[in-house]
Amino acid sequence: MECVFGMVGDGFALVAADTSAVHSILVHKSNEDKVMILDSHKLLGASGEAGDRVQFTEYIQKNVHVYEFRNGIPLTTAATANFTRCELALALRKNPYFVNILLAGYDKNIGPSLYYIDYIATLHKVDKGAFGYGSYFSLSMMDRHYKSGMSLEEAIDLVDKCIIEIRSRLVVAPPNFVIKIVDKDGAREYAWRESIKDAAGVSAA
Amino acid sequence: MARYDRAITVFSPDGHLFQVEYALEAVRKGNAAVGVRGTDTIVLGVEKKSTPKLQDSRSVRKIVSLDTHIALACAGLKADARVLINRARIECQSHRLTVEDPVTVEYITRYIAGLQQKYTQSGGVRPFGLSTLIVGFDPYTGVPALYQTDPSGTFSAWKANATGRNSNSMREFLEKNYKETSGQETVKLAIRALLEVVESGGKNIEIAVMTKEHGLRQLEEAEIDAIVAEIEAEKAAAEAAKKAPSRDT
Repeated sequence: MECVFGMVGDGFALVAADTSAVHSILVHKSNEDKVMILDSHKLLGASGEAGDRVQFTEYIQKNVHVYEFRNGIPLTTAATANFTRCELALALRKNPYFVNILLAGYDKNIGPSLYYIDYIATLHKVDKGAFGYGSYFSLSMMDRHYKSGMSLEEAIDLVDKCIIEIRSRLVVAPPNFVIKIVDKDGAREYAWRESIKDAAGVSAA
Repeated sequence: MARYDRAITVFSPDGHLFQVEYALEAVRKGNAAVGVRGTDTIVLGVEKKSTPKLQDSRSVRKIVSLDTHIALACAGLKADARVLINRARIECQSHRLTVEDPVTVEYITRYIAGLQQKYTQSGGVRPFGLSTLIVGFDPYTGVPALYQTDPSGTFSAWKANATGRNSNSMREFLEKNYKETSGQETVKLAIRALLEVVESGGKNIEIAVMTKEHGLRQLEEAEIDAIVAEIEAEKAAAEAAKKAPSRDT
């Protein structure tokens, strides 16, 4: 039921993820941020087992930070992707993490990039990618409408199209999404797409 | 006496750990380092012994960041420093990972001092031959702090301190001239203390300034030269006002 998808545009990369924290039939909260800002120019969108997701992504984030302090410069996106994949691969045959990851980053001389890393340590550099049941709909929408070098407005439009498909066609569709982008100015939250707001007391849906 | 200085874990009859004291000697031979705590600024300065012409001076950083809000300068064996700094950097991130909070200056000082102490008690290893000056801002209260550790593993907080070569002269100067300062005044005080023992000039001094908003900033040689010139001018003006023969510094 968790949906994470992302794409690369002209000078930026974006990652969108649903924001529901679900336990069997109960929705704990609808504003859980699953796209971590790894460092100044990297985003890590993760889906999967909730405990593993937080544990693994925080572990990657702190190791990326130690690298930057030790060496005075940040890791490249490609290096981070390979490091992440390695950690998943090392744990795979012992105590695997059930986390799927989309890593988006911007490097000064390379530009934006997106990496697809699944829970069994598959690594692919991609222009667009998605995880979860939502991927059936978002990948199809992106296959139809994606072109390389899209502007931010066109990309957000495509993201909204994907969200509409997920909401209308997925049986237990998550109500809210967060969109984050990374470009030469850094990684930041772009917008939320909410159809249900968490409120104290009775919610008016 | 000679029988009691081989192994680190052995006390001498008069209660000395000679290896630790010899490590302190190594510190005294290291480059001068000074730290001054202001109300909103903390300054670290180290002496740069003459750089060999062919060496890339950017690869010899003597003031380092441990985290976004903590910095360290040291005097003594630089290779030992690398090991301690590496462990401290990992501990800073490990602390953030386990308790979701940045370290306080006291915590990381206690950690580094603890590491240094461990190596005064285990068999077969020698102590780290360096003293550190650790500065930073408390992540929540924003209070600035300056701590010093030494090879024995003791640590304490200071308003201003110096270590390494001629540290006694620098500390004496600081004791005479310390007052609560902020901003550029704190930088000037640190440079004045260093100039007591170092041949003047931006080429021989490395200064880093830490503020709450901007973290650690290494000053450019030109900036240091400008401040040194200001200090010299102030000194000359003070002497002219006294109308006394100039003191040797």
